[in-house]
Amino acid sequence: MKKIIVFSSLMLAVLAVMAVGTGFAEEAAAVVAAPVPNKGDTAWMIVSTLLVTLMTIPGLALFYGGLVRSKNMLSVLMQVFTVFSLCMVLWVIYGYSVAFTEGNAFFGGFSKILLKGITVDSVAATFSKGVVIPELVYAFFQATFAAITPALILGAFAERMKFSAVLAFIVLWFSFAYLPIAHMVWYWAGPDAYTDAAAGEKALATAGFLFQKGAIDFAGGTVVHINAAIAGLIGAFMVGKRVGYGKESMAPHSLTMTMIGACLLWVGWFGFNAGSNLEANGLAGLAFGNTMLATAAAALSWTFTEWIIKGKPSMLGAASGAVAGLVAVTPACGWVGIGGALVIGLLAGIICLWGVNGLKRMLGADDALDVFGVHGVGGMLGAILTGIFADPALGGVGVYDYVANKVADYSIATQLTSQMWAIGTTILWSGIVSLVAYKLVDMTIGLRVTEEEEREGLDTVSHGESAYHN
Amino acid sequence: MKFVSAIIKPFKLNEVRESLTALGVKGVTVTEVKGFGRQKGHTEMYRGAEYVIEFLPKLKIEVAIDDSQLEQVVEGIKKSANTGKIGDGKIFVFDLEQVTRIRTGESGPEAL
Repeated sequence: MKKIIVFSSLMLAVLAVMAVGTGFAEEAAAVVAAPVPNKGDTAWMIVSTLLVTLMTIPGLALFYGGLVRSKNMLSVLMQVFTVFSLCMVLWVIYGYSVAFTEGNAFFGGFSKILLKGITVDSVAATFSKGVVIPELVYAFFQATFAAITPALILGAFAERMKFSAVLAFIVLWFSFAYLPIAHMVWYWAGPDAYTDAAAGEKALATAGFLFQKGAIDFAGGTVVHINAAIAGLIGAFMVGKRVGYGKESMAPHSLTMTMIGACLLWVGWFGFNAGSNLEANGLAGLAFGNTMLATAAAALSWTFTEWIIKGKPSMLGAASGAVAGLVAVTPACGWVGIGGALVIGLLAGIICLWGVNGLKRMLGADDALDVFGVHGVGGMLGAILTGIFADPALGGVGVYDYVANKVADYSIATQLTSQMWAIGTTILWSGIVSLVAYKLVDMTIGLRVTEEEEREGLDTVSHGESAYHN
Repeated sequence: MKFVSAIIKPFKLNEVRESLTALGVKGVTVTEVKGFGRQKGHTEMYRGAEYVIEFLPKLKIEVAIDDSQLEQVVEGIKKSANTGKIGDGKIFVFDLEQVTRIRTGESGPEAL
């Protein structure tokens, strides 16, 4: 009996506290309302980060490695491996801060140097109001993007550049081209800042230059592919042609490796594209599906076009087509509908085939592994087609208005203008930074190995080892 | 003694070896070689780059035999390596001055 009385009075006390507490809680909710990361989103973003890592090492390394002569296999693997590691470290030291903190329209600030102040409780915005992910996960997800992009450039000057010159160039390009372009396209205050028209305008003024211009680039067609491709093309011109180019056979030494690499790129790219949604929801599903479809379509369109024009459907063609499709759908994957992705894929396979044939001959540079023909042409095509197929009238998602909280009216012409701003700015910015960076490295370290060393092969000359032993 | 050197299509090696063994040939040396004859090469295409592969992979088989075996051996290789298509190869016959077995020091026909 006594126990019951004690229990009842305890219950009353609890109820009283709860009643008072609810009042407080409501007040607190109105003031703070700090959102907590969802475990599903967090898990998805950690997996995505790993997938983008897999794209680079070993995906890109094998894709590129198979395309060079056997005497340069290890040099390509080593360059990709080291550049990935180097950019990862630079990203933590200053990269994340310069790309993803508020600064001016072109560069962020230094407030998060060495990820200062980011704890396990820090959160980063997504594309939905009130939805966040852990900032540490976001920072390292973005780190993998910053690490794969410079690695893409390596294909353009493969088989002839000094290892030290490669690293020096990459440090300069990462700092003065990748970081500002990433800031220009992707930095914004996040959706929660757009509470009303005035707040929205104020928030927009803090965003990156191309974000303010209205350019849309879901997973990095501009920041990653056009950016790297321009640096590659300038590099192919500045470093010069390989000894014997056009006279001697420079046939790929292992298309088996290239095919494995292309497949790892395809699989890893889901982390890149669907992961760029930052949340595990339906839109991530759309980005996932678009990536799958466009890639398959591009592999087929490249294969059949090659079959018709050149007489034989090649494995290298199918693998190149898949990569072209992945590149072209990258800016589009979260903006366009399934039909749009199919068209983007089909066109990418055909136009990038021209990129590595007709266009390559017109440009006249020895872009050894066709970085520009695939990533540059595919990236620009993707950026333009994103502006067209994002239109809700063409099955696209449209651009969300975070002030009105609905999909905004869409004008293809206006969006294409924004897309051209992004393409033009990236070409000009990356082009100039690359030109200066190559020149600086040439004057200090020298870009190329000697002709004798080049004939010997970079594996033994630069790294003191060979990939294959008979 | 004769020394027979034949260039054949690589996939014909087993048939040629079988016919030679049946004829009592005691040893064969095989080398992977490249070359061209009337068959010429072929073209390979890698994206925009076309390479003419002028030298095709072939196998060179070499046998040292007694004069009396020559006719049968040439006939055996000719039959077993034949596909009837261009690029089947050629058989070269040389006079062989001397043969020495390294292990025993024997020389002449006994060393074959």
